Formats: sequence, structure tokens, C-alpha cells
Amino acid sequence: MENIRLIEVKEEILADNIKQAAEIRERLRKTKTMLVNLMSSPGSGKTSLILQTIANLKDSLRLGVIEADIDSTVDAEKVAARGIPAVQLRTGGFCHLDATMVTQGIDALAVSDLDLVIIENVGNLVCPAEFDTGAHKNVMILSVPEGDDKPLKYPLMFSICDLLLINKVDYLSLSDFDSAVLRKRVLALNPHITILEVSCKTGVGIEGWIDWLKREVKIFRGLK
Amino acid sequence: MHELPITESILKIVLKHAETNNVRQVMAIHLQVGKLSDLEDEWIQRYFDYLSKGTVAQGAKLKIERTPIMVQCDACSNSYETEVAKLGDLVCPACGGRGGTLLSGREYYIKEMEVQ
Repeated sequence: MENIRLIEVKEEILADNIKQAAEIRERLRKTKTMLVNLMSSPGSGKTSLILQTIANLKDSLRLGVIEADIDSTVDAEKVAARGIPAVQLRTGGFCHLDATMVTQGIDALAVSDLDLVIIENVGNLVCPAEFDTGAHKNVMILSVPEGDDKPLKYPLMFSICDLLLINKVDYLSLSDFDSAVLRKRVLALNPHITILEVSCKTGVGIEGWIDWLKREVKIFRGLK
Repeated sequence: MHELPITESILKIVLKHAETNNVRQVMAIHLQVGKLSDLEDEWIQRYFDYLSKGTVAQGAKLKIERTPIMVQCDACSNSYETEVAKLGDLVCPACGGRGGTLLSGREYYIKEMEVQ
């Protein structure tokens, strides 16, 4: 019998994605376009937040949106109806976006004319956390009805985000969601994360999110 | 949940190394995967068996070593191992300090392969 040889491979499985994500960041740095990756469970309010953002920022920043869905164009149609360039990526069953798909989205938008592009990732707290999209900032939404135990179940997602938006705070009085417990759990995973409370429905706290975005865009463009 | 794209990447890298090393048959592939990852070992193998049909890697066994979740205490810099369920409520065994920085546990790495 033939001898078995051992070959050293020593390679990152996701090396291709990591490289392509770095290329996206570099390319957008040249055009001064900030890319924000928005992640959450299905139904947490990603599309509602994007619509609120458009309403508040469309006169001061040039926006674009990359929508990802397993197989529909509903969200991109809502965005485009507000006069904002939007691209719909159908992930064809994939549970997350990777850097290759985001590159297609960026190619389809005229990014050099945009200040801020928001990616609406596939609704899922697991897989999107593993794949670098090339975004400059990662933002996640956790909505009150989902419960304050989610950081215990999906620690990776909470540990990679720059900002956590707690949405649907108008439901707080109807629920046993404990904001203090949630904060403690999230900050234990990620001491550098910013946490803001909002309600996309009533508009409460949206100003804080808009200010955060404006500030980050300024820092990104080197104006501050 | 994202075993398919991960498995595609594994196969691509394995076939590249198989070609440069004139491999006739890949017997086993040794992976290091961090305990923070949600990958299901059984599904990676199933997808691999499917994707590798007709290649030199057909029939190869994936041997997955799970690397521990290591955290460094923000207060005293002590490094210690922990589990996914405890990450939201870290307590340093040395000083009792809360909060820490993740050192490892997110690895996706191909270490080596056994070939003929």
C-alpha cells in the first residue's frame, strides 16, 4: 500500500473573502463613500430604519442602498420609490452576503457620486457575522420583542458590531425586556460598542442614530 | 447555517494544494475551527462529499479540531478559556473582573491534509 503523506496547508478558509472585503474598503475610501452593513433578525426593522434614514438624510447626504434578500425585490422597490438608488441582490438561498456579492452591488450603483451606502444584509443573526462584507462600520438592530437574551445566543454578532440599535422601544412597557441586563450582556461581549434606543414607528431616538451616522461620515471623510 | 460556502472554500484550497503536490488521492483534511463558529461538523462533511465528487478529494474525511474560546481580562490581563454561553457574563477566574477581549475562538483554518 502506498504511503500516506502529510501536506502542510496552513490557509485561512475565508482568505478570498477577507481579501475581497479589504479591496472594497480601499476602493470606497478613494471615492469617499462610507459603507455601512446593517444586520438583524428578520422583522427587527432594517427596512423601516433605512426608510427613516432616507427621510432624515436625503437632503444632506447622497445615499445608496444595497438590499439583500433570499428571493424577493420588495425592499429595493420601497427604497427606490423614495428616489434613492437601490440595488437588489438575490442571494439565491444563501443566508448571508459575502464580499463578492457586495462588489456586484457596488458595481451596479454609481458609488463615486455617493456619500453613504447602506447594505441591508439578509435577516439572520448567525451567518452574516462570519462574513466580512467590506463595510467600514457594522450596525445591528435588536428589537424589543426578540428578548434581552439574544447576546447569550448569538455572541459573535454582538461582538463584531460598532453600533447596536434597540428598536421598537415603544413595546418596552408591554414586555419583560430588561434594557439594563441587555446592556450589561452586550458590553461584556464588546466594550467598545455604542448602544442607542429607537423606535422606527414613533420616531423616538431616530435623531441619535442620524447624529451617529453624520458623525461617522464626517470622521470617515476626514473632516473631523 | 453557512456550511455550503465554507465547504466550497475548503475544497478550492484543498484542490489547489493537491495539484501543486501531485496528489492522487486526498485521504483526510485537518481543520481548525473556533468554538464560536456555529458550523455543524456533520453538514460540512455532507456538503464536502457532495461537492468533491469526481475530484481527487472525493471520499476524504474532514477532521475538525475545535479551538477554544480564549478571553483576556480587561482588568488584570489574565487570559482564560470560556464557553459561548458564558460570554455575556464574563468573570475573570483570577481577579473576578468583568469584561474581556476575545483572543481566539473564531478560527477557520486548514492545517494540513493526508494524501497519497
